[in-house]
Parts: sequence; structure tokens; C-alpha cells
Amino acid sequence: MKRAALIAVVALFAAGCMEVEQTVTAEQRQAGSTVKRDTAAWNNEPLANGPKWAKGDRNSWEEQIKKRQLAQNESVRIGN
Amino acid sequence: MARMKFLCDAERCIECNGCVTACKQEHEVPWGVNRRRVVTINDGVIGAEKSISVACMHCSDAPCMAVCPVDCFYRTADGVVLHDKDLCIGCGYCFYACPFGAPQFPQAGAFGLRGKMDKCTFCAGGPEPDRSEAEFKKYGRNRLSEGKLPACAEMCSTKALLGGDGDVIADIYRDRVARRGNKGAEAWGWGSAYGQPPKGAAPAAAPAGGKS
Repeated sequence: MKRAALIAVVALFAAGCMEVEQTVTAEQRQAGSTVKRDTAAWNNEPLANGPKWAKGDRNSWEEQIKKRQLAQNESVRIGN
Repeated sequence: MARMKFLCDAERCIECNGCVTACKQEHEVPWGVNRRRVVTINDGVIGAEKSISVACMHCSDAPCMAVCPVDCFYRTADGVVLHDKDLCIGCGYCFYACPFGAPQFPQAGAFGLRGKMDKCTFCAGGPEPDRSEAEFKKYGRNRLSEGKLPACAEMCSTKALLGGDGDVIADIYRDRVARRGNKGAEAWGWGSAYGQPPKGAAPAAAPAGGKS
């Protein structure tokens, strides 16, 4: 009886030792934080026959793409 | 900081499916996967037929990103919601979470086996090196890295579909609505969306044959 109780207590403690730590850090809990290997569009060299911006300069890339966005407004494009 | 968005003007969309075709052709999207599609309501009802082009709306607080068990989604610096196909397990949670039905799953094998999720990338590619063959094969062409806007929006013949920074395209749309004058209760569908005018008020003009 004493022996069975001892085995049960040891098994109980051993089970606790096998528990894998599952707590996550605040950073891991943030959705969308796992993938970090994409390159920003403005860090590319402009194409020879495409729109131009200074490589690595976000402002110049945004400036040229804003012109392109505004060109979707035909009232502005045709000067109406 | 730009927040890239799409805006489709239902008053202008003529259901030509040019955006759908442009997307398919630009990214060589496989059979059975539609990153963009045109939805039409009241088909054939004169004055009440309206179409809208729908794809991933690149939500600011994306539900797909919130539910993904492997956290394969991420948001780029210009607000585009993308995902990593190397991490995706094709579980389909994002499909159930998305209010626009944007996530698509190719039939990768027998018995209805789902492949890895595929969706509109706002022509921004994915986490592979920009303009690489690997990026094109997995995610399609990266037009943003070429300084261009999504092919669907640039192809749209009536400019119903606008793509770009949310503030810029909202300004274009606002200007357009002010010019054509059907703002507020005169707009088709206003009654369905925001309720009927109070009793005693002058009713809004309804289109012939249609229910506003």
C-alpha cells in the first residue's frame, strides 16, 4: 500500500516535469509578426522603361506612385 | 504612410470582367482560383442591376491575419496584407474569417484536398526576393516594386475600380460623387443600406423597375 502510494506520488511529480512551457511572449502573440523577410518596394532598382524613383528612398517612390493614383481621376487627367 | 486600398464604384462598373482577366493574365493564376471577381445583383433588372469588383480589401485590421494558426500573414509598410505560402498549411480558417471571400484554395489533389491559400496581393508579390522567379510562381508579379499600381485598377476601362492610398482614392471618389450629384438619399441602394426616410418626408427617386 505504502509502495503504491509512493509510485503514484513519483508519477505525479514526473508528469509535472514533462510539461512543456507553452507561454508566449507579447511579440509572438501579435498577429502578423512571424514573417519578416519581405523587401519594401522602394528598395528595388526602377525598371529601365518604367516609372523612376531613387532606390531606397521611400518618399520618392511614394511621390511617383501618388501621381499614378491621381491619374485614375479622369477629370484631372483631361483637365475638366 | 500609405494604406493601399481598393475602391469600386458600383455606378460605373459595367461588368466587363476586364479586372478579372487582367489579374488572371498578369499573375498566371491557375484554373479554379479567382483572386478577383465581379459580383452582380439584380441581374437583368433595368435600372437596378449593379456590379462590383471584389478581391482582398487589404483590411487595416484583417480577420484572416487574426485567425491564422501559423501566423503566415503579414502587413507591408504600405498597408498591403500578404502571406507566406511556405508557412501556410491550407487549413481554410482565413476563408471562413474573410467577409469578402478573398482567400482561394487550388484543388491540389484528389478527395478535395486543399492546396495552399492564394489571394490578391495588390500586385505586391510576397516574401520571396522581389521580381524573382520564385516570387512570380508563388504570388505573381510584383508591380509595386516596379512603381506601378495593381493591374486590375490600371486596366479598368471605366475607372470604376480604383487602387492606391486610401486617402487619395477616397478624394477621387468624393470628387466624382460631387460632380454627378447623386450623393446621400438620391443614390441607388441608400434605402436598403440606411433605412427609408421618415414618414412625411419626400421620398427619394427610385429607379424604374428596381427596389432601392
